[in-house]
Formats: sequence, structure tokens, C-alpha cells
Amino acid sequence: MQVLIDFFEVLLTTLGDVAPIVCMIVFFQIVVLKRSIPRLKSVLIGVVHVIIGLTLFLIGLEKALFPVGEAMARQLSDPHFIVGIGVEYLTADWREYGWVYVFGAAIGFATTIAEPSLMAVAYKANEVSAGTIDKLGLRIVVAIGVAVGIALGCFRIVTGTPLYLYILAGYIVVVIQTFYAPKKIIALAYDSGGVTTSTVTVPIVAALGLGLAKTVPGRDPALDGFGLIAFASLFPIIAVLAYGQFTVWYAKNRQPRKEEKEDGL
Amino acid sequence: MVVRLRDSAVDLLPIVLVIAFFQAFVIKQPLPAIADILFGCLLVVSGLSLFIQGLETGLFPIGETLAEALARKGSIFWLLIFSFGLGFTTTIAEPSLIAVADKSAAIAAASNLIDPAQESLESYSRGLRISVAVSVGLAVVVGVFRILKGIPIHYLIIGGYCCVMAITPFAPKEIIGIAYDAGGVTTSTVTVPLVTALGVGLATIIRGRNPLVDGFGLIAFASLFPMMFVMGYGMIIFN
Repeated sequence: MQVLIDFFEVLLTTLGDVAPIVCMIVFFQIVVLKRSIPRLKSVLIGVVHVIIGLTLFLIGLEKALFPVGEAMARQLSDPHFIVGIGVEYLTADWREYGWVYVFGAAIGFATTIAEPSLMAVAYKANEVSAGTIDKLGLRIVVAIGVAVGIALGCFRIVTGTPLYLYILAGYIVVVIQTFYAPKKIIALAYDSGGVTTSTVTVPIVAALGLGLAKTVPGRDPALDGFGLIAFASLFPIIAVLAYGQFTVWYAKNRQPRKEEKEDGL
Repeated sequence: MVVRLRDSAVDLLPIVLVIAFFQAFVIKQPLPAIADILFGCLLVVSGLSLFIQGLETGLFPIGETLAEALARKGSIFWLLIFSFGLGFTTTIAEPSLIAVADKSAAIAAASNLIDPAQESLESYSRGLRISVAVSVGLAVVVGVFRILKGIPIHYLIIGGYCCVMAITPFAPKEIIGIAYDAGGVTTSTVTVPLVTALGVGLATIIRGRNPLVDGFGLIAFASLFPMMFVMGYGMIIFN
């Protein structure tokens, strides 16, 4: 019974969330363009699907993704798991949390490599670069970028160091890279930061961070819990720019053979 | 529909594999409330499939033709209004933002930053989402303006980075994490396809623009602006 009550409660708020986009499309189609809506029936069916789907997803999120992310963070940072039962454990030493970083990196790598929107970006990067950027190579590089990002983000939560320092350092790297990267890849690289964090990845990564901040001694979820997604969206930019730079450098150094190798540097 | 279900399952699969591996070989403990979690996973997969199915049959085709028709119409006024509306409304419907905003409200209440009553939780998370949506709307407007004028993207992005860093010292500490996350959270299932369609459509229509080079970059702004606006929201609400 509780499931049904939940369902209708979430359904009501979902209606409110989807209404603006529907209203806007109707307004522009009818008032600005003065056209009727094409294939009205399939549009209406689509909207009903969107509303029911979003409702089910949000309920499932609360039941599965959030609890799992938090449970994993709790179990992996549990003092009993780390140092064994019966040991006093009051302060956090970042070296004790190895499995947390491995888990963060594994989740980051696995979800990114399978991410459909990254495949689309890789396809377009291949097109822009006239084939010099390898699709699978780019996906692997970005996935490694996200893995490193999330692992570093977990390290930040464990140590409680300020988030902005890391992001500032990342920005400086991006800015320097921008001046050396091939021009055509820049806009695509900047976009890739946003697209790699999908609807399924975001909740589980957010829950991981919050769970960590709750269990690691001396950390406050409100201060330290968020920030993992920021890492996960900064590192792909660096990875794509670096990959673009690498392909240019590689192509330059390969064609003129050995005698011109020194000029290439 | 079967294809959608498979796609959503593939989305979830890597997470399930990694977690199963860690449970079996590292933690060696069962997950608590496993039945609930499996039921929840089922809801996530079926919900996401229905959601994407609905977007692709209902909203994406009409949104894309609308973006193209408005780009062709040549009225900059309506084009910019549409850009704002598209960014705003797609962000309001973005599932991961709804989830993270609610979570953030719960965390803020647990740390006594806001009143733990249900009403104030909802108003905090709504305020968060509205400030993100307004910022994404403005970001798309700036991005469209950039495509129209052909300004190189990196000047604007580097300027944006500087703004983020300049605002950070003045923002309350408790908002910085969620603000930095907001950029990555917003650009997801609903926003990315529609906003990219707008950018690529525009770059195709304007002469002298290459859709592959000039059509991108809208998402980059949409993940940068929310950082500033959420910090602004924090300055207002936590003071």
C-alpha cells in the first residue's frame, strides 16, 4: 500500500516538473510559429511515458541507488573493515582508505566506458579530427580521466581539504592545455565534461560522497559530502584535450621520420 | 521498447558489476535489504526506459524541429527567448538534479542549516533547482549568442572559470560542494540532446559556420553557469 501512496505523491510532483517543458513547446509552436502540433497523438503518448517513467525512476532511486551508494561507502570506510575489531579509531588517516579510492575509480571507469553520450562525443571527435582521434581510444582516456577524478575526489573527502583548491588547479591545467590543443577539439572537449555524468551515475556517486563524509571521523556531510561530480566533470575535459594534443604531436613526429624529430619538439 | 529496456539495463550493468565484485571479494558482507534494492533497480531500469522512450517519441522530435524552425525564422528576439526557455524547462525536468537537490536539502537540514520541516526542505530544494534552471537558461542564451557572433569559446570559458574562482571566497562553505557539483548534474538526459540539437541546428544554418566546430560548446556553458548561480543562492539563503 505504501508503494502506491509513494507512487501518487511522486507522480504529482513529477507532473509539475514536466509541465514547463510541455508548455514552452506548445507556446512556441502555436503562438510564435503559428503552426499546429505535428503527430499530436504520439507527442501525447510520449509525454505520458515521460511522466510515468520519471516517477518510477525517482522512486527506484530512493530505494536502490542512494542506499547502495551509501552502504558501499559505509562498509568500505567502516573502522572494523579497515583496522579490525576492537581498535580505537578516532582520527582519519588517508592511507587507510585504499579500497575507497579503488572503488571510486572502478565505478568511474565502468560507468564512463559504457556511457552512451560519451560514445556520441567520441564519434563526433573522430569526425572533427578527420579520423586521427580513435573512438575507443578516446573513450578509454576519458574513462581513465573520470576514474582518476573520482578517486582524487574521495581522497579529498577523506582528508577534508578544500574543494576549490583542486578545482582551481584543474582549471589552470585546462587553460594551459587550451592554448596548445588543436582548435577544432576545444568546444567538444569542454562539452565532454558535462555529458559524461549520466542520470544513473550521478545519484550513486553523490551517495558515495555523502556516505563517506558521514562515516569518516571528523568529516561533515554538509561541508565535505558533495564535490565528487565536480571532479567527474572536470577530468574528462583534461583527458580529451590531452588526447587531442597527443594525436597532433604523434602525427607530427611520425611523418617526418627520424631526421626532423628534434624540430618537432 | 525492448531496445530501451536493454539500453537502460546496460547503463546500470557496470555499476551492478563493480558493486557485486566489491561485495563478493573485498567487503565479504551481504548488502543490507537486498530485496528492496533489487526492486528499486527494477524501477530504475523500467522508469528510465519509459522516460527515454517518451522523450524520443514525444518531446525530442518536436523540440528539434522547433529549434530549427526558430533558427530559420531569423528573429533573434524569439530565438533568444526560446534558448532561455529550453535551458530552463529541460533543467526543471532533469531527473538527476531532482534527486541531488532533495538529497542536498536533507543534508542541510541534518546539519541545522535550514529548518527540518518538510515544507522548508521542499522550498530549499525547489530554490536550488530554480537557480540552476535560470543559470542554464542564461547559459544557453550566451552560448547561442556566441554561435551567432562566432566568438571563440575559450575566452568565454576562461572568463567563466575566473568568475567561479572570484565568487568562491564569498560563498558560504556549505554551498560550495553542491554548487561545484551542480554543473555536472544538470547536463544530463533531457538537457543534452535538446540543447545540442539547438547548437548544431544553428551552426548548420548560419553561413560560414561549421556545425562540428561551432555547434558545440552550449553544454560547456550549461555546466559552468550553475556553479556561480548556486553559490549566489547560498549567499542569499544561508545569511
